[in-house]
Amino acid sequence: MSSSLAIQVEELGKLYRLGEIGTGTLSHDLSRWWARVRGREDPFATVGEANDRTQKGQSDYVWSLKDVNFEVKQGEVLGIIGRNGAGKSTLLKILSKVTAPTTGRVKVKGRIASLLEVGTGFHPELTGRENIFLNGAILGMSKAEIRSKFDEIVDFSGVERYIDTPVKRYSSGMYVRLAFAVAAFLEPEILIVDEVLAVGDAEFQKKCIGRMKDVSINDGRTVLFVSHNMGAVSQLCTRGLLMKFGSVLASGPLDEVMNRYLREGTISSSEYHTLDDQAKPVQILDFTIEDANNEISSSFGHEDQIIVGFRIKDISNDIGVICSLGLQDIHERKIFTEQIDLGKGYTSHMVQLPVGLLRPNSFRLSVAIHIPNVKVIEILDSMSFEIVDRGSEFSIYGNTDNGFLFSRLGWKITNE
Amino acid sequence: MDTTNVLTKPEQLSTESSAQEDSWTEVIQPRTGLLDLGLADVWRYRDLVMLFVRRDFVSTYKQTILGPIWFFIQPLLTTLTYVVIFGNIAQLSTDGMPQLLFYMGGITIWNYFAQTLTSTSTVFTANAHIFGKVYFPRLTMPLSIVLSNLVRFGIQFALFLMFWVYFLVTTEVVRPNAFILLTPLLVVLMGLLSLGLGMIFSSLTTKYRDLAMLLTFGVQLLMYATPVIYPLSSLSPKYQWLIIANPVSSIVETFRYAFLGAGTFSWGMLGYSALMTLLILMVGTIVFNKVQKSFTDTV
Repeated sequence: MSSSLAIQVEELGKLYRLGEIGTGTLSHDLSRWWARVRGREDPFATVGEANDRTQKGQSDYVWSLKDVNFEVKQGEVLGIIGRNGAGKSTLLKILSKVTAPTTGRVKVKGRIASLLEVGTGFHPELTGRENIFLNGAILGMSKAEIRSKFDEIVDFSGVERYIDTPVKRYSSGMYVRLAFAVAAFLEPEILIVDEVLAVGDAEFQKKCIGRMKDVSINDGRTVLFVSHNMGAVSQLCTRGLLMKFGSVLASGPLDEVMNRYLREGTISSSEYHTLDDQAKPVQILDFTIEDANNEISSSFGHEDQIIVGFRIKDISNDIGVICSLGLQDIHERKIFTEQIDLGKGYTSHMVQLPVGLLRPNSFRLSVAIHIPNVKVIEILDSMSFEIVDRGSEFSIYGNTDNGFLFSRLGWKITNE
Repeated sequence: MDTTNVLTKPEQLSTESSAQEDSWTEVIQPRTGLLDLGLADVWRYRDLVMLFVRRDFVSTYKQTILGPIWFFIQPLLTTLTYVVIFGNIAQLSTDGMPQLLFYMGGITIWNYFAQTLTSTSTVFTANAHIFGKVYFPRLTMPLSIVLSNLVRFGIQFALFLMFWVYFLVTTEVVRPNAFILLTPLLVVLMGLLSLGLGMIFSSLTTKYRDLAMLLTFGVQLLMYATPVIYPLSSLSPKYQWLIIANPVSSIVETFRYAFLGAGTFSWGMLGYSALMTLLILMVGTIVFNKVQKSFTDTV
């Protein structure tokens, strides 16, 4: 039913200009203006390209968002995920009216409050009390509204003792607590939150997620949440929206979207081959994940052999080039990293993961070539695979998360 | 990276959505009408304006020993300097008025203009970090600046009045007249004029920083093109029109004429200033409103 929609995004697009603003802007502005006067299309908009930051583009203009369409129902908690530069933040900026779209439009029902950062407008010289009022007003609350919630805000922040001290004397943790507390008591129909949970200690993060759950489930508010923290996203959201290069790649129930995110790379998820580029002296040429029969695979039983192979070229004069291999879980947390000195010339590497090390779960492998503390030459982090439970002793528990590794502790039991 | 106005795409409503168009409370789109200023929104955020004013005051004088006394010291020292330099060394005419009073009157109203203009002209660049993170009607910021400068003016005006009463009682040269009743109008005109100019400058500096450079010494130069340290009558009639063309001039001149009784006044001049003020204010508001929607991309 369209009547229960809270947000409807139609054909949304945002064009950005790359490079420095300076020389040339005035002439671009003039020719753009001239085109508009004659009723022509913008001469620069047509050359905009899809936003893939890893590729060198032909144009100075880039579509940070292009043809984005989606709908959010009232009371829905939507998690927006995607790699860096996928357009998530641009989308949030447009939704929170910080910047205007280039094309398309967004229709909204209800008051929007956005939290792209905590503590916006906090003035270091003002006391905690004064800042609560100022920040609350910036976020759209009236003075009376803030006054009625003041005690709750102070209570939630847990900095009561310092409430009449200028916030410049606060520790960064206290600052964040106070700032989030103000935001937590906003009562808009639609709340937009961007990764603000990345700050603060674990206990406070838990409190924040609890509060946000409260807002969405009990109060029935619509929440849009952007985060790289898959744990937080999966705790909060029911639906997901996956973005890539400024477009929506998938949307639907969170589990499906999250799996898609995991598998989504620029290439097939367990195989990567590229041509030898003469312009690059150091390059990852091939990267594969294979099973015991040397066949490419992205799904393994929990006791299967997993062989990672990659071929690297180093014909540079650089000294101390290191190759490192890392494993991450679905929440982007590193499980381990190993590194070796890279030999000169063309080298092939085979790495065997210990059999029965990983528990049923999804994982991502990354290979990086770098010179420690000098530069990162190339990172390939799109390789993923999953471990499927083929009847381990834990399979009876279904989908409960029992960690990433089979620990195989040495147990010693003594009867008394 | 100004991109908002780049594409104009004919918006077509699908038939099904037009049926329930009314239930949307807000539509975010690339361009809105020229006169769609969102003043109702500004009114809804009036508490914020007052809090900004308060913030300005509290933060300016925190950790100073003299605190708000600085409001008095600034104009007093400037006046004394002018008395010494322009009055005694250069011996410029003051239309027969006591030098102290003549300069203080000019400085009080001029400072109001200059300070409002300088601080509104950096609204976008100085608040980019806030504007880039959260939406509130951007007009609240320049409005709050005008208001806090109005309070500052009020304090300095009180200082001027103290001296004025002293000279009124002790000397015979000061002859105030009925035009004193115009003072509120003059203050409002001055505030709106500086607001309008400030908004134009702040909108343009988001993209072309050169204007910020121009403004800092431009304001200083403008003071000499305004009868602040000299009376309009001291110029030969041949060049007076040059000074009168500056809309600030007649406001300063009228202010002094009303309180001191010496100077030039004409309804024509004041009318011209009022007209220019309205024009500049209108252009300023429209330009400001246009820029605010996407300035975060260019700042």
